[in-house]
Amino acid sequence: MKATVYVTLKNGIADPQGLAVRNALDSMGFDGVKRVRIGKIIEIELEDGCLDETKVEEMCRSLLANTVMEDFTFEMSGEKR
Amino acid sequence: MSSSTLDYSLAGLSQSEFDLICEKLCREPNLLELAMFGVMWSEHCSYKNSRALLKTLPTGGNAILQGPGENAGIVDIGEGLAVVMKVESHNHPSAVEPYQGAATGVGGIIRDIFTMGARPIALLNSLRFGELDKSRTRYLFENVVKGIGDYGNCMGIPTVAGEIYFDDHYAGNPLVNAMCVGIMRHEEVKYARAKGVGNPVMLVGATTGRDGMGGAAFASVELTEQSLERKSAVQVGDPFMEKLLLEACIELFKTDAVIAIQDLGAAGLTSSCCEMASRGRSGIKIELSCVPRREEAMTPVEIMLSESQERMLVVVKRGREKEVGSIFEKWGLSGTVIGEVTDDGLFTVLERGKVVASLPARLLADDAPVYTRESTRPAYLESVGLFDLHEREDMNIKETLIALLARPTIAGKEWVYSQYDHMVRTSTVTVPGSDSAVLRIRGTDRAIALTIDGNGSYCYLDPFRGAAIAVAEAARNLVCSGARPLAITDGLNFGNPEKREIYWQFKETIAGLAAACNVLGTPVISGNVSFYNETETGAIFPTPIVGMVGVIEDISKVTESFFINEGDAILLLGENTHELGGSEYLRMLTGKTIGECPAIDLEREKKVQRLCLEAIERRLLNSAHDCSEGGLAVALSECCFGKGLGAKIELNDTLPIDALLFGEAQSRIVVSLDESKLGSLLGLAGEFGVPVQVLGRVDRSELKIDVCGREVLSVPVGELEARWKGAIECAMRS
Repeated sequence: MKATVYVTLKNGIADPQGLAVRNALDSMGFDGVKRVRIGKIIEIELEDGCLDETKVEEMCRSLLANTVMEDFTFEMSGEKR
Repeated sequence: MSSSTLDYSLAGLSQSEFDLICEKLCREPNLLELAMFGVMWSEHCSYKNSRALLKTLPTGGNAILQGPGENAGIVDIGEGLAVVMKVESHNHPSAVEPYQGAATGVGGIIRDIFTMGARPIALLNSLRFGELDKSRTRYLFENVVKGIGDYGNCMGIPTVAGEIYFDDHYAGNPLVNAMCVGIMRHEEVKYARAKGVGNPVMLVGATTGRDGMGGAAFASVELTEQSLERKSAVQVGDPFMEKLLLEACIELFKTDAVIAIQDLGAAGLTSSCCEMASRGRSGIKIELSCVPRREEAMTPVEIMLSESQERMLVVVKRGREKEVGSIFEKWGLSGTVIGEVTDDGLFTVLERGKVVASLPARLLADDAPVYTRESTRPAYLESVGLFDLHEREDMNIKETLIALLARPTIAGKEWVYSQYDHMVRTSTVTVPGSDSAVLRIRGTDRAIALTIDGNGSYCYLDPFRGAAIAVAEAARNLVCSGARPLAITDGLNFGNPEKREIYWQFKETIAGLAAACNVLGTPVISGNVSFYNETETGAIFPTPIVGMVGVIEDISKVTESFFINEGDAILLLGENTHELGGSEYLRMLTGKTIGECPAIDLEREKKVQRLCLEAIERRLLNSAHDCSEGGLAVALSECCFGKGLGAKIELNDTLPIDALLFGEAQSRIVVSLDESKLGSLLGLAGEFGVPVQVLGRVDRSELKIDVCGREVLSVPVGELEARWKGAIECAMRS
């Protein structure tokens, strides 16, 4: 099992890093970039049958996302590596 | 308007405040206006519960160029130079999001300094957390320190000094007080007074978003589970943007195009506009559609209350907009004209030409009601002074000293300050660890010394004495470095002032501060009040924080706290007493803050300080260290740590041994000096009327203490230092 967690800044939270990237793209000549928001993807490989969605959600709330500032979503997939 | 009952309470106003607004306006305010009153008349912006008492503090003096009332205070340091300084709390934001809360606290106080026309040269901070045995506390501590470090380091401003105490009264409501110090020539001062009808008002720096909506109102209520969920209040700092803003403003000040400037802090555009207009006895008119925004579909209320960071409001001379604009452009910033100065005394807000708010600027900024609350001496004081210790005589002094040195409150703070760049700009003469930070003033022989101090435990036991001690200790720290204390900035952190007991603590604290400032000659030039530092489990200790600046006229006389020469005589200026109350030693033994707060005789304090300063002035001393938390034994240990020396001490006081070694009697300084200068020092002490005693001699690597001929301690300094140095890192790894 694999869980893929997407952590993004909540709406309305300033993103200085995203702003810097936007400005860099702009100065490199990539016109028309309105806004850049930066988040992260976390891939977690799980032992089969041990952890369910409730547990992954708990991981997100207690460690992977700072829920004061960030939202998260995740998807579970069955593929084994 | 039938819904107005609901409206004003949502804006945080009381019925009587709402009635007063209606009476003054001769009408009911609209929703936007109500929201603006809500933030401006919140405790955080209006100081409505503290103003009456703050007026009793001494704020003037020969060296004082600007007292409270502007963005920061200014004090003369000679040779045409002045120091600008202020301390400000960011407690509530840091409780919710420690990294960003602390970072934006630093960002805010830096803006307050360069707004005055000064270049920021140093940062200090004062922190309070719960005990480190809880993971939440470690999370808060780690991230607050990281937030402070990252912001200051990115800005290239050294964080040179600080203080931290750990006590569970701060567990749910940590305190983060940040102080910034700047320097400028007298004539470079800039004021936040909007003047000159038709002069354009420009908004500079970051764009405006929904972050930090209503933070001022948020800081004016107690913290509850619900407020921790109020996520919209989190502001994110961008130190690189602030660095650009700082450099652009300093370049802008070199032109004469600036009439007034103010940063956007709590209550954002609302406060900066109405305060500038009120101070300038003018009016300001702004057009909301001109405000550059980061988000779509923002309402007028959201724009007016946004606390987006790194923004400044500048009034420039009409016709100079282009020149100003090109300076901002050079630094990668855009300055946008959003309005102009008027002479109608009104703060008028337009949205695409239509008036959406129009309020007397003075009413909004300065005429919030002032409350003098009822006060009652708290009941806990009846029982807290008493304690009974058993088995005091046969305790193991070595184990007790080591345990005390490893208490996070006393232990070395290297884990903290190693995360701060304290050398950037290379003016730092005395680095963290000594009694105060010393910074060289380029182009002169002068230096300034800085410190920040406060002891909430003392204030809990006796707020008057505790506050007086905070001032005395700050001054003592400066004096130990050879600096003459000049002025203070005070950060006053309390619970809910609407409670009688809390208001009593506040009242006593102000009286204590005033008494000490008067005797020691250090007026209050700026400061901050933070109320409502309470959680479901109760209020914090009353915690006044004193940031102080002093001047050293000859930098070659700077003195450090560490022993430097083997064989030097060690002396105590001042007197040991039987006092144990409020000590860290008692807290360690009993787990409680108990006993009587140490006594403070301000006249004695002044004499001890004058003696120390005069001795340094005459180059008699090789080191000077103030005796504070942990008492004489801890002070002597700390004197040994710097250079790896030891000491051989013989005490002959007939006091209980724990009071003698670990009691926290005030007005004591441990000094070391060459044997040949002993006579001069003793003579000087006689002149000043200060009791002194020879404690012993600087020795090789051991700390030995004999009391009345009996050896009570003999321990390698390395063993003490290892525990002292490693304690916090060890606690953070557990």
